Amino acid sequence: MTNTSSTTPTAALQVRALQKAYGLKPVLRSLDLELSPGQRYVLFGGNGSGKTTFIKCLAGLSRPDEGSIAIAGMDTRRQGAESRRMVGVVTHQPLLYEALTGLENLRFYGRMFGVPNLEERIKTVTAQLDAARFLSARVHTLSHGMKKRISLSRALLHDPALLLLDEPETGLDEEALGLLDRVLETTADRRRTVLMVTHSLERGMAFADQVGVLSGGRIAYQSTTRGLDAAAFRRTYHGLLGAAQ
Amino acid sequence: MNDFLRPILIIAWKDVLLELRTKEVVTSVFMFALLAIITFSFAFEPSPQTLVLVAPGILWVAFTFAGVLGFNRSFALEKENDSLDGLLLCPVSRDVIYFGKLLGIFFFMLVMEAMLLPLFAVLYNLPVLDIKLLLVAALATLGFSGVGTLFSAIAVNTRSREIMLPVLLLPVASPLVIAAVESTRATLDGATWGEIGRWWGLLIAYDMVFLIVSSFVFGSILEE
Repeated sequence: MTNTSSTTPTAALQVRALQKAYGLKPVLRSLDLELSPGQRYVLFGGNGSGKTTFIKCLAGLSRPDEGSIAIAGMDTRRQGAESRRMVGVVTHQPLLYEALTGLENLRFYGRMFGVPNLEERIKTVTAQLDAARFLSARVHTLSHGMKKRISLSRALLHDPALLLLDEPETGLDEEALGLLDRVLETTADRRRTVLMVTHSLERGMAFADQVGVLSGGRIAYQSTTRGLDAAAFRRTYHGLLGAAQ
Repeated sequence: MNDFLRPILIIAWKDVLLELRTKEVVTSVFMFALLAIITFSFAFEPSPQTLVLVAPGILWVAFTFAGVLGFNRSFALEKENDSLDGLLLCPVSRDVIYFGKLLGIFFFMLVMEAMLLPLFAVLYNLPVLDIKLLLVAALATLGFSGVGTLFSAIAVNTRSREIMLPVLLLPVASPLVIAAVESTRATLDGATWGEIGRWWGLLIAYDMVFLIVSSFVFGSILEE
């Protein structure tokens, strides 16, 4: 797979005037965002601010009411299947079949994504995340952290150009978090665009090139992390959370 | 293998593998249908003439309600860990997911029917292992699996999906069940191919319409 080796100047992710409501309750109100290839963007926000809804819209799991999303220049409405091939997603749930083993789950998703040299790729990815040792166990026998590692392997299996992480630290111990950081820091993965949603300010700021705060259905604050004063950002963040509530 | 058919077979094979592990769908469906057929065989003691009138109804009531159980279980497995979302993340169109799920359910229904028809033949002393009747069963099961897959996808996101599914599905499936019962009765009554032609026509038309329409609307149902 060579998705990450693309040198096209096209934005890795372009979101324009995105709107989403559940019934009469608006969650996202005209949200705009543009990420360039290789960029690492961390989006913070309080509970119910719409972070997960935003990730679901980007992943094609939720249909926006208005606005457009383009992944590597492909409109997710018109070229849904092609754009999904470019995306890896880690959500709160592992998205694994409980009755199958970890290996069978990865084989299933690998085949669905048409991953070449699948067995070799599974070995590589699971070794990076130290998940190979419990691949032969059925998923329902695994701990939450083990499931999460296989879930991360699933998301990285097809070498996606855009990785969406919805609170990836949930359920992972420090060792697994360290492994995830190391995987994302490898040379190949530095070319991958990552959009992470998290509550953890320290972790998010350490990871990101750019941070944003989702409040009132929009990105209310955005800044690069270079030269960003952590204390000032923390005050801004809590201020926006307070205003939203 | 082409890009449309391959993922359909991968999804269906995944469902078969899940079933081999859990044995939930075929077991529940088979047990329900078996109990229904045995219970009716004790409840009625019809003459050979009335048996031809009653037996097709018994057979299709058993298959229909057993099928509802199977549809519920098949989609309940997709809800664990939000695995259905995992399917939706795959780079295939939504109709591919629909046909993959349909193929798995259709296969399980055929397995259940293949096990039950010989038992039915013995219990009711009827020649059900007839090529015409087997074709009727295949056509009706295909259509029923088609609408069942669609309505299971609708019901799976509701709180009381076990209740919602039959409430939604059975009224829509009733023309198909009626056609299946009538063509089975006519076949058992010794009707020729031509005499059951209009029921065959209804079964084929139903299958075509609902498979096409369901494949189009399936994606809209699954996305929030």
